[in-house]
Amino acid sequence: MIVEQPNLDYIKELAGGDYSFEQKFLGIVKSEFPVEKQTYIDSIKKKDYNATAEIVHKLKHKFNILGLHNGYRLAVRFEEELKFGNPNQKDDFMKILDTIENYILNI
Amino acid sequence: MNCIIVDDEATARAVVAKFCENTSEITVEEEFSSAIEAIKYLNKHTVDVVFLDIHMPGFTGFDFVETLKTPPKIVLITSDKDLALQAYEYDTIVDYLIKPLTQERFNKCIKKVKTAIHTQSIVDNATQARNTVNLGELFINIDHRLIKLKFNEILIIKALGDYINIKTEDAEYKVHNTLKKIKEKLPEDIFLQIHRSYIINFTKIIDIEDNSVLIDKNVIPISRSQKPKLMQHLNLLK
Repeated sequence: MIVEQPNLDYIKELAGGDYSFEQKFLGIVKSEFPVEKQTYIDSIKKKDYNATAEIVHKLKHKFNILGLHNGYRLAVRFEEELKFGNPNQKDDFMKILDTIENYILNI
Repeated sequence: MNCIIVDDEATARAVVAKFCENTSEITVEEEFSSAIEAIKYLNKHTVDVVFLDIHMPGFTGFDFVETLKTPPKIVLITSDKDLALQAYEYDTIVDYLIKPLTQERFNKCIKKVKTAIHTQSIVDNATQARNTVNLGELFINIDHRLIKLKFNEILIIKALGDYINIKTEDAEYKVHNTLKKIKEKLPEDIFLQIHRSYIINFTKIIDIEDNSVLIDKNVIPISRSQKPKLMQHLNLLK
């Protein structure tokens, strides 16, 4: 799977030129994302698929915020499959999380 | 208007707060990552709107709404389109926003909330007025006899020189008095002077056409200057 690259289009539109808001918002994403990623890793490791679906649900909003529209669609399907105990898309989902982590570490 | 934001995701709270900041019509009083903390806050404070995430740990937005005794207007925020139907079962939920939010959609939401609050205040006033009406009464002097008229039975009061004609649902009374004097005795939340010669009980209006109102079988003129005042008193579906 080729993972699309995150972008700041939504955040910049939201900020409307307010640079300090943009930085503050990115700060929130940077501090919140690693915690959510770790929660995901822990719950998938434990095969607690309901808890995994919960955190996927939360993470998918960040996919949207970072312009990952294909990633968002994958997350929607993955969340549904997890509710039926199917974790088959976990590797593809993990790739998206790694891409985001890499991106936010460098902005 | 004022609001609180309830979402366990800080990013989502920041988005809503920014949109609120961009409109001059709403101020954010507090933000909560926990539904329980928000409920505690609402037990002590009054707000116009709650922006509420449906998915929160151990507590859905619907649980939240059901927990509140007198809930303010609620705007649900979610990534799920599927729960919209369920949301419309709650009168207090006025809108349903799908993440990621846009300013344009948020502005529409604020308009909806304003309309809902306005409608609610009209309903509350009407209820209050009904209560007043049921309790209120006026004694008029007819041939040295004091006759009791209940406010909710009065339809129209017309000026007739030195007299006024009071029309109720089943009688008419001619009283030596003036519109100005009787107006002071009537509750403003149901009576309105719509013409220099007429005071009406506007809860009895059947219809309004051009510059007249129909009450029972009586067509009453509305003066041009009083029409805006009358329109303000109506629960108008636009």
